[in-house]
Amino acid sequence: MLKVKDISVQLGSFKLSHINLELEKGDYYVLLGKSGVGKTVLLEIIAGLIKPSAGQVFIDNKDITNQKIQKRKVGIVFQDYSVFPHLTVKQNIAYPLKGKKISNQEKEALITEYAELANIKHLLNRGTRNLSGGELQRVALARMLVAKPECLLLDEPLASLDIQLKGDFRNLLRKINQSGVSILHVTHDYEEAIALSNKVAVIHDGRIIQKGLTKEVFQNPANDFVANFTGIKNFFHAVFNENKAQINNTLEICVSNKENLNKGKIIIRGEEIILSEQKLESSAVNHFKGKITQIIPYLSNYEILVDIGIELSVVISDDSLNKFCFKENSDVWVSFKSTAIKIIP
Amino acid sequence: MYKTGLRSFDIVFILIGGLILLFIISPLLGMFLATSPTQIFETSKDPEVIDSIWLTLRVSFLATIGFSVGAIPLSYFLARTQSGFKNVINGIIDIPIIIPHSAAGIAILGFISRDSVLGKIASSVGLNFVGHPAGIALAMAFVSIPFLINAARDGFENVPVRLEKTALNLGASPVRVFFTISLPLAWKNILSGLIMMFARGLSEFGAVIIVAYHPMVTPVLIYERFGAFGLKYARPVSVVFIIVCLVFFILLRTFSVNKKTADA
Repeated sequence: MLKVKDISVQLGSFKLSHINLELEKGDYYVLLGKSGVGKTVLLEIIAGLIKPSAGQVFIDNKDITNQKIQKRKVGIVFQDYSVFPHLTVKQNIAYPLKGKKISNQEKEALITEYAELANIKHLLNRGTRNLSGGELQRVALARMLVAKPECLLLDEPLASLDIQLKGDFRNLLRKINQSGVSILHVTHDYEEAIALSNKVAVIHDGRIIQKGLTKEVFQNPANDFVANFTGIKNFFHAVFNENKAQINNTLEICVSNKENLNKGKIIIRGEEIILSEQKLESSAVNHFKGKITQIIPYLSNYEILVDIGIELSVVISDDSLNKFCFKENSDVWVSFKSTAIKIIP
Repeated sequence: MYKTGLRSFDIVFILIGGLILLFIISPLLGMFLATSPTQIFETSKDPEVIDSIWLTLRVSFLATIGFSVGAIPLSYFLARTQSGFKNVINGIIDIPIIIPHSAAGIAILGFISRDSVLGKIASSVGLNFVGHPAGIALAMAFVSIPFLINAARDGFENVPVRLEKTALNLGASPVRVFFTISLPLAWKNILSGLIMMFARGLSEFGAVIIVAYHPMVTPVLIYERFGAFGLKYARPVSVVFIIVCLVFFILLRTFSVNKKTADA
């Protein structure tokens, strides 16, 4: 339903080149990229706020590249919410309804419906200057939904919310998407992509470097950047010699190379690497002695970086760390099975 | 140690600042004290003074409202344009503030006299700007309009462009965006500018006296009474007119304070 075809634009030193995206009805599409790579600019081009120097934007196969902003039926919710400060919550939500040929009762019903959906019905008569970030975000979303856009463009919608609000807001976004609204959501947080999207595109240096179904992109990252950006830690380029893989000309590991590839990429899941003080006798075929370079605490586990010639990220539980007393700069053994290694052509 | 130093620093600044305040207040206070309540009361009943004050108020008000129709869109344009000419236009707008107002009066006189294009057009409909309230309005507007344009431009610059983009995206036309988003959000600055332009128009003497000695606006009347009868007769008119001007000054200050509170 939304198609972005070969969009390019140059704004000062910043450039977007040959961007192609396609959303089908009901898609939740996440555009993943670092800050300043052009995600917001792309949304503004789709909404008609910036003119591209080349390319086209289609909605339902109709070219809207040169259509007026107010006629596009594409709704954008900015990262800073852009709630009108001089209007009440209700007046904000009613803003798109002014001038529409519907009765006052219908307008009231629509305002109530979307205020309820966004869980801000109790705020309708409040001013907006003292609302929290989460409340403002909900007002902006309800105001946009009342305009009934065919496609919703969300610019980092969860970026400035705390963890509790993020969870609630994700549920709201899912609900909106399930009601049939297609969503294009830009973010720098791969966890949002995993939690919400069915399709994802990774943008870097003004270009889309990989796109597809979220599961496919996360399982088969096209390069180091995508791997790192999608939260995959142990991603390496390798040269294969039967069931041996040479990484960076420094380390040889055993793999299960059933497709007899000569070159490719490998991913070793950090959760499947075993860390021990002594070399283990087990069914694992890969054993390497290394040094712990860093221990990074997370909510329920630890990430331990081990230098074995290449840097490996190993995930262990709180209990394991306490039991084995692993410390930075101490020697350890890492073990992993050849079947724990995923090979990507 | 730090506290003591700061206190001395404050005292020095308060003393220096106090002298400046005294410099502003003393002449005005002296004039008020030298004028008896009876004189003020008698002057405020003088038909010539009343007519003159009403004329001044009316003409300055109409000039402010009339020129705001063009000045506000110009301010909006200046706030939003990225053109290299922006600084040139801003400089042009400030010219009436920096040139002598008598010179401004001469320029306006040349612009509206019967020999000029504008004068000829006005004559064709039976209007002669020279010696007419319309001419006074033009002279007042010429010297006071920078106050409105600058204040309104600052106001529009403070309105985030993102809000206007959002309103367009919500289906509003550019005209509706201007009247429902840009104008209301810049309104406090615009109102300050309008009051400032109006107050500046009220007090204009140099440009107005060249364009129209008659009908007499109050600053010209004060000058005439001073020239014909001396300080004693000019002073009560000045006091009455200052009281009128102070009312608008207080209004202006009130709006400025409100704006600061809202911004905080």
